[in-house]
Amino acid sequence: MNETIRELLARVGGLPVAVTELEDAADLYAAGLSSFASVQLMLAIEEAFDIEFPDSLLNRKSFASISAIEQTVAQILKAREAA
Amino acid sequence: MSLPAFATDMTLGARARRVAEVAAENADRVDQEARFPAEAVDAMKAERLLGIQVPVSFGGEGASIPEIAEVCTILGQACAASAMVFAMHQIKVSSLVEHGGDSEWHRDFMRELCARQLLVASATTEGGIGGNLRNSICAIEIDGNICRLTKDATVISYGAHADVIMVTSRAHADATPGDQVMTVFKKNQYTLEKTVDWDTLGMRGTCSDGFIFKGEAPAAQIFPKPFAEIAAQSMLASSHLLWSAVWYGIAADAVLRAQAFVRAAARKANGAQPPGVVRLAEASNLLQLLKANILSGLKVYADAKADLDQLSSMAFSIAMNNVKLASSETILVIINQAMIICGIMGYKNGTPYSLGRHLRDAHSAQLMISNDRILGNTSTMLLVQKPDTSLLG
Ligand SMILES: Cc1cc2nc3c(=O)[nH]c(=O)nc-3n(C[C@H](O)[C@H](O)[C@H](O)COP(=O)(O)OP(=O)(O)OC[C@H]3O[C@@H](n4cnc5c(N)ncnc54)[C@H](O)[C@@H]3O)c2cc1C
Repeated sequence: MNETIRELLARVGGLPVAVTELEDAADLYAAGLSSFASVQLMLAIEEAFDIEFPDSLLNRKSFASISAIEQTVAQILKAREAA
Repeated sequence: MSLPAFATDMTLGARARRVAEVAAENADRVDQEARFPAEAVDAMKAERLLGIQVPVSFGGEGASIPEIAEVCTILGQACAASAMVFAMHQIKVSSLVEHGGDSEWHRDFMRELCARQLLVASATTEGGIGGNLRNSICAIEIDGNICRLTKDATVISYGAHADVIMVTSRAHADATPGDQVMTVFKKNQYTLEKTVDWDTLGMRGTCSDGFIFKGEAPAAQIFPKPFAEIAAQSMLASSHLLWSAVWYGIAADAVLRAQAFVRAAARKANGAQPPGVVRLAEASNLLQLLKANILSGLKVYADAKADLDQLSSMAFSIAMNNVKLASSETILVIINQAMIICGIMGYKNGTPYSLGRHLRDAHSAQLMISNDRILGNTSTMLLVQKPDTSLLG
């Protein structure tokens, strides 16, 4: 999952730095992720993992770092399995 | 010592109305001469309105955003420029109250602000960036305990008259444009070199000239939180709600004038229906819609304040954006209706029904952070956000 997220971030994130150089915990907003790009990233992740982000997870915190995104996606996948 | 014959009404509403009286007296001159509404701002200080939002423990009165919005509306009915100065000051204070509590310097500053009734201005807009307040070109330089900042601030309302300016910038020389901080600079810590004159259609008394800002201050005056959080959690909501409260005040006064005009006509009409009365009903309908829009926005903000996740959610941003879009557009329709009702008496300056100033002031609302820009932001969010379609939720 980490790799897919990094791939998508590289494709739509529009970051001024190489994604390979980002730590999992690095603050993506400080790295230059704009709000427009963050929405593009959300759309790409929804498509790649065939999920929909519920409104409660659509905030800055859920997308603040690669590991935050991983956790957010894992949480949705887990909820789906449980359902 | 002589005791006053009767106690002065010290409720917030009464204090605001006393200021509004002073503001109304000077409103036309402030507008004509595009000068700072000094009398009204002095009255705000005399009534100690500048510190009301600060918590009681730091010397203020802990007034809520709805209470402050009511003051904005009362002032907006008298003089929109004075009301906007008050609103913009309170928007800056909201950042202090919401985000300054963890920092000793900012806590002390809140006490000083209340004690000395300091007027706070804002420099977010920058040459080359415009109204995209979440991006900066200029960067703050931190040198030991000192920070330095130079900014091409193209619009600073009452910049020349403020006691304090809060300025946004990139967090350091290598920071990306969105990695910003906000810093408090006191009057003796900066210089302003005027670059652009504020000679505008309306809101002339806000004296929103452009300046090259150069400041140097202790680094402790930088807000301890990223500006991204400040913008999302206090500035977005307080700006759109308090601006809207001012605009509602302008529209409400226009409807009052139109109603006075229709009533005077009705008295002379010998029982016939006076012209304009149906339009008045329409204007009153729109005014109620505008009020409901602002009230629901105030409630959404009060509810979200209790939950940080909600405050930084897309649903919340969209709700606040929608309050701003709707109120800035609706006031123009309402005031225009009022103008048609009053006819030439509304179009002329210096009559009891004059609406020129109202209409000109109201035209600033759509540009104050361009509605097109806001629509763009909202439409991006709508690509992923799922709306709540319930009535009460
Ligand atoms: C009465 C008043 C007081 C003000 N006081 C202050 C103050 O004290 N401090 C301060 O910092 N600022 C202040 N401002 C400035 C204000 O906050 C905005 O920054 C400013 O009005 C925007 O200026 P602009 O229209 O030139 O810039 P821009 O925001 O760059 O917009 C220019 C035009 O480009 C278009 N546009 C730009 N970007 C987009 C986009 N993404 N999507 C769609 N269209 C776009 C819009 O049509 C817009 O009209 C004040 C403004 C007013 C009217």
